[in-house]
Amino acid sequence: MQSGFGRAWFKAALVGAIGLGVAATTAEAQQSIKIGWAISKTGPYVGGATMTLLNPYKLWVRDVNAAGGINLGGKKVPIEVIEYDDRSNSDEMIKALERLINQDKVDFLFPPWGTGFSLASAPIFARAGYPQILVTATTDRSPEFAKRWPNSFWLLGTATEMAESAVATFTKLRSESKIGDTIALIGVADQFGIELSTATRIALGKANFKIVYDKSYPIGTQDMQPILTEAMRSGADVFMAASYPPDTFAIIDQAKVLNYNPKVFFTSVGTAFPVVKQRFGANAEGIMGTGGWNADSPSLKDYLRRHVEAHGSEPDRWASPVTYSSLQMLQQAIEKVGKIDRAAVIKELQSGTFDTVYGKVKLVENRFLDVFQTGQWQGGEYYGIGPSRLAGSRAPVMKPAWKQ
Amino acid sequence: MLVVDIVLTGLIIGGIYSLIALGLTLQYGVARIMNLSYGEFLVAAALIAFSLYTGMALSPLIGILIVVPTAFALNWLVFELLLTPLVRRARHRDMLEVDSILATFGMLFVIQGVALIIFGGQYFSYSYLSIPVSVLGSALAVNRLVALAFATVIGIAIYLALTRTRTGTAIRAVAVDPVSAQLVAIDVRRASAFAYALGGALVAAAGVLVSMFLTFHASMGVEFTMKALIVVIMGGVGNMLGALVAGFLLGIGETAVARLLDPGLTLAATYALFLAVLLIRPTGLFGRSTH
Repeated sequence: MQSGFGRAWFKAALVGAIGLGVAATTAEAQQSIKIGWAISKTGPYVGGATMTLLNPYKLWVRDVNAAGGINLGGKKVPIEVIEYDDRSNSDEMIKALERLINQDKVDFLFPPWGTGFSLASAPIFARAGYPQILVTATTDRSPEFAKRWPNSFWLLGTATEMAESAVATFTKLRSESKIGDTIALIGVADQFGIELSTATRIALGKANFKIVYDKSYPIGTQDMQPILTEAMRSGADVFMAASYPPDTFAIIDQAKVLNYNPKVFFTSVGTAFPVVKQRFGANAEGIMGTGGWNADSPSLKDYLRRHVEAHGSEPDRWASPVTYSSLQMLQQAIEKVGKIDRAAVIKELQSGTFDTVYGKVKLVENRFLDVFQTGQWQGGEYYGIGPSRLAGSRAPVMKPAWKQ
Repeated sequence: MLVVDIVLTGLIIGGIYSLIALGLTLQYGVARIMNLSYGEFLVAAALIAFSLYTGMALSPLIGILIVVPTAFALNWLVFELLLTPLVRRARHRDMLEVDSILATFGMLFVIQGVALIIFGGQYFSYSYLSIPVSVLGSALAVNRLVALAFATVIGIAIYLALTRTRTGTAIRAVAVDPVSAQLVAIDVRRASAFAYALGGALVAAAGVLVSMFLTFHASMGVEFTMKALIVVIMGGVGNMLGALVAGFLLGIGETAVARLLDPGLTLAATYALFLAVLLIRPTGLFGRSTH
């Protein structure tokens, strides 16, 4: 991996040094496809960015180059990567993207991490005519944005879809008389947390659930005992947290210490991370959360294996395989077009059907609708349980009490 | 019952604040080094504890016996090589403070960069001694109780050592007036180096202990530095007892607000308490006016 990237840097420098004369001839016989990205390699976003974007980015480059490259009109062309660290800073991210477009003149751009950065970078991608396939961008306004920027593609759904899928799961359990209709809802007071909490409140109202405890906590909070004690005192059947990874792990850990055993235990971002089963072992059983995947699918099993082989760690069971699939879509669109023609690639992404590790992907108005929104740890694996219409979807199980 | 629960949970949370701040109060209060890379040292120790635990199945409570002496030696070296030139050329204390901020700001990126290369950017999280015990009817986690006990015992021990022993008095003399301290035959450089290295050892211990229950990643050092700074300033710079009491006050205040008002206001409560203390006692709870 490392040496591959080193070579890419060297080549990029070489092309720059020799000058435009050489660059011009590459239009005739493309020697490599230059792919650029700006991503948070330092700063507060690095944890999420590494897990959900950078690892699948690198794995895909490795896989494609191992197969000889991308097929451009019958000739395999290897990928060259130009990478910048945006230091979790939006100004740096914008500068790096401008540089990738104007100076490095990359053929394709991969998006930066997170909803905020995705939205901030969308006008740049649009103005320069680059396709932007977004995974870690979950906003309720994505249908509107997909219309505003036809080059943008939204693969992971919206907060409302996540909330509705979760509430549909609760409704199913209620209809089977496994739970009642009370819920304790807590959420992190930050962009996605607020959006998910709000959407959940609306979905719960529609489904006639009673919210008996409803509080938010500041971002960065890892001391959850006070808020969990109050949620516990509310006596609600369902506990749901619109949480981020560090608080997700803290909530699970401290709910166990408090021996807080609601009938449904739901945490959000981070629940799909492999660290949940590594850290909590058998106690992960029955924990619900956002995301999920079809763990029985051979292509995802293979993805898991290759991810471990390349990075020494398992992928998360939500965004990571979708990110990898988004790159497979890009590759297939480029190969279909047969040359570096970004406008044609955008058209192909809008209308084509693609074979990915996630299964067949066809976008509807630039959005992917067949992605798991709700998952549950069952027998040491995080299965997708909602929407229940998706292939491989499992029925929810009741969460056992914590083992101390 | 509610009051007991709030106080106990608050003490547990406050104990972590105190624990995080003990080292900084020595480094800043005594050695006069405003160490901006403080949180990075904490995260580094947490990362090492994590790899000892997951890689070699070594308990963090044994890991601490390896990490703390190493950190002491390493911090002594840092003081001798990196910070002594600053101490030497500083004409007065304010100048040293500015210079040390700049130097340790640089050090922050070096440590963070090395940690990122070795460990990568992902979240690290494991559970050790995450076992509940019932204290007066409140469920508390053993790992957090250990952290609280460590902070209390070490905090009081060092406070006593500084106020009751000859060496401690010498160190305090350096903190108050390094120039005059030399006149009474105190080896100022040695005393400062010792205080700085001891602070480094304490922050390493804190890193190992919090790694048992907090989720961390290589770039989050600054969050710990900020928390520690609030506790140190609130307690009175250089006063171990102050750091302990300030940590407990913040923990109990935060828990009370979360339980009785709204968990969304915990951060506001922390800063309100901080401001209130500084308005009434500008040098902190246990701070002495310096003029």
